[in-house]
Amino acid sequence: MNIKKLIARNKRTNNIFKWTALGSTLVGLVVLAVLLIDIASDGLLRIDMDFLRNFPSRKPERAGILSALVGTLYIMTLTAAISFPLGVGAGIYLEEYAGKGRLTKIIEINITNLAGVPSIIYGLLGLGIFVRGLSLDRSLITGALTLTLLILPIIITATREALRAVPFSIREASYALGATVWQTTWRQVLPAALPGILTGMILALSRAIGETAPLIAIGALTYIAFLPESLLDPFTVMPIQVFNWVSRPQSGFATNAAAAIIVLLFMVLAMNTLAVILRQWFGRKVKW
Amino acid sequence: MKEKRELKSSKKREIKKSLFLGIIIQVIAFIIFASTSPAEAARKLVKVDGSSTVFPITEAVAEEFQIDTRGKVMVTVGVSGTGGGFKKFCRGEVDITNASREIKGTEKNLCKKNKIDYIELEVAYDGLAVMVNNKNTWVDYLTTKELKKIWEPKAKNKVVKWSDVREGWPSKPLTIFGPGTDSGTFDYFTLVINGKEGAIRSDFTASENDNVLVQGISTDPGSLGYFGLAYYEYNKDKLKIVPIDDGNDKNGKGAIIPTQKTVNNNTYAPLSRPIFIYVSKQALKKPEVTQFVKFYLNNAAVLSEEVGYIALPLEKYKEGLNLIK
Repeated sequence: MNIKKLIARNKRTNNIFKWTALGSTLVGLVVLAVLLIDIASDGLLRIDMDFLRNFPSRKPERAGILSALVGTLYIMTLTAAISFPLGVGAGIYLEEYAGKGRLTKIIEINITNLAGVPSIIYGLLGLGIFVRGLSLDRSLITGALTLTLLILPIIITATREALRAVPFSIREASYALGATVWQTTWRQVLPAALPGILTGMILALSRAIGETAPLIAIGALTYIAFLPESLLDPFTVMPIQVFNWVSRPQSGFATNAAAAIIVLLFMVLAMNTLAVILRQWFGRKVKW
Repeated sequence: MKEKRELKSSKKREIKKSLFLGIIIQVIAFIIFASTSPAEAARKLVKVDGSSTVFPITEAVAEEFQIDTRGKVMVTVGVSGTGGGFKKFCRGEVDITNASREIKGTEKNLCKKNKIDYIELEVAYDGLAVMVNNKNTWVDYLTTKELKKIWEPKAKNKVVKWSDVREGWPSKPLTIFGPGTDSGTFDYFTLVINGKEGAIRSDFTASENDNVLVQGISTDPGSLGYFGLAYYEYNKDKLKIVPIDDGNDKNGKGAIIPTQKTVNNNTYAPLSRPIFIYVSKQALKKPEVTQFVKFYLNNAAVLSEEVGYIALPLEKYKEGLNLIK
């Protein structure tokens, strides 16, 4: 009798916990759904070829996102190209080569701390170093380098996590066959860790794509009606365009902002899909 | 059989490896190619930065100018606020800066230090509209003294109900909204109402985004706030505008509503103000900058009205054009 009561009580507790956990999961989903529905109802009808092909304008119905869209694509490509070798290189060094000395520890703490620095600080750093120090002006390359600084800690940490997930026995087997650290890393560890590294990379880029503050700090523009032709040309990006439109009095600009947010969401979605595809592509050869 | 499979897989590995290397080489090639391709120098560029209040006018002018010159001259406009704009301008980083107030002493010194000479040009008027919720039935007008009573620093925690502002008004809670400290609008309002720039009570809702203020005032029945007239023009159905009496009958008797006329003839004092562009004299040596500034002054009257501001009397634009020559 007693034991039955106990079981019944435990089952009840279990059920309560299950529903609470489900509720927590749903909160995130519901908020996202509400946000998406709200944005979609505001902006979906506004998206057409002209919206993607036009430059910004004072007339909401004539305004488009071409310069912002192209700027974002350039910035993302450049940021990825610069931050991938730097971040993965640093991760490999720290995980595979560096000893466990005090210096390594200091570097580790530093990187973890950097990941928590507010993004505007990176903007000010970029303004000081790239815009004024290296006189790169308010150009694409400045924007990309600044965002690289912002996401490097994330990439390094992700790379290290991915490398750490590769069983040590694999390395030992490779060493036993006479391979050097480089050979082991390049042929065994890195291919196995690549899916994880790429996931981290894409997550980092998804963060960078929505950043406004550091780019405003380095002086990215709001109105620009031409496309960059070189790395030293000025630019704007989607979040800045959205930010500007949201603060305009005409309601037409609010619709434009909603439409631009949908386009931005699609870009993030496309990047995440790419991450999944790449992960499967590189992951299918790992047999253990 | 087994050997064959091994061969196949090693071949595959080779392909994958070369694919990976190929991607790396392409990326490097792209960087080298892109960084050596023709740089900015080949383009005629006019760089503008500064106030978000002036931005819509400059954007409109830039848009028309580029249509007019068929893209031969390119104009970029940034928004880093009046103060941020002057910082860049006085370092010689931009040709023109938008300003919603006049240049300050510290900014003048910075310009002098970097040997930047400039010309100040008025481009339009901006009225600061005082707004209440449209369910508010009791406010017929406000005097500048009453505005001071509401906004001055010592009003904090004291002037919290409408009855605290004027006797006979209901004892309903008063919630106030205004632009944040980064805007030139804030600087101007605190100067003319509270008598000292930056002096203001700390317990009000501040936002740099005027649409947030519109939203706040239109949803709270006891609200009061102020912001640029353009935002009233596009939200007339949600807000009620308050006529302002400055107690000085020389510039218009009694309480006055901001309109094109009252702002233009300065009877809506003191809450109307000119907004500016500052042009560097060094930059004016570039023909494309002179061309742009001339185009600006010739078209500002029409374009500023189009984006919700109030045009200056035409002779003011002529005065500006004379300064450029």
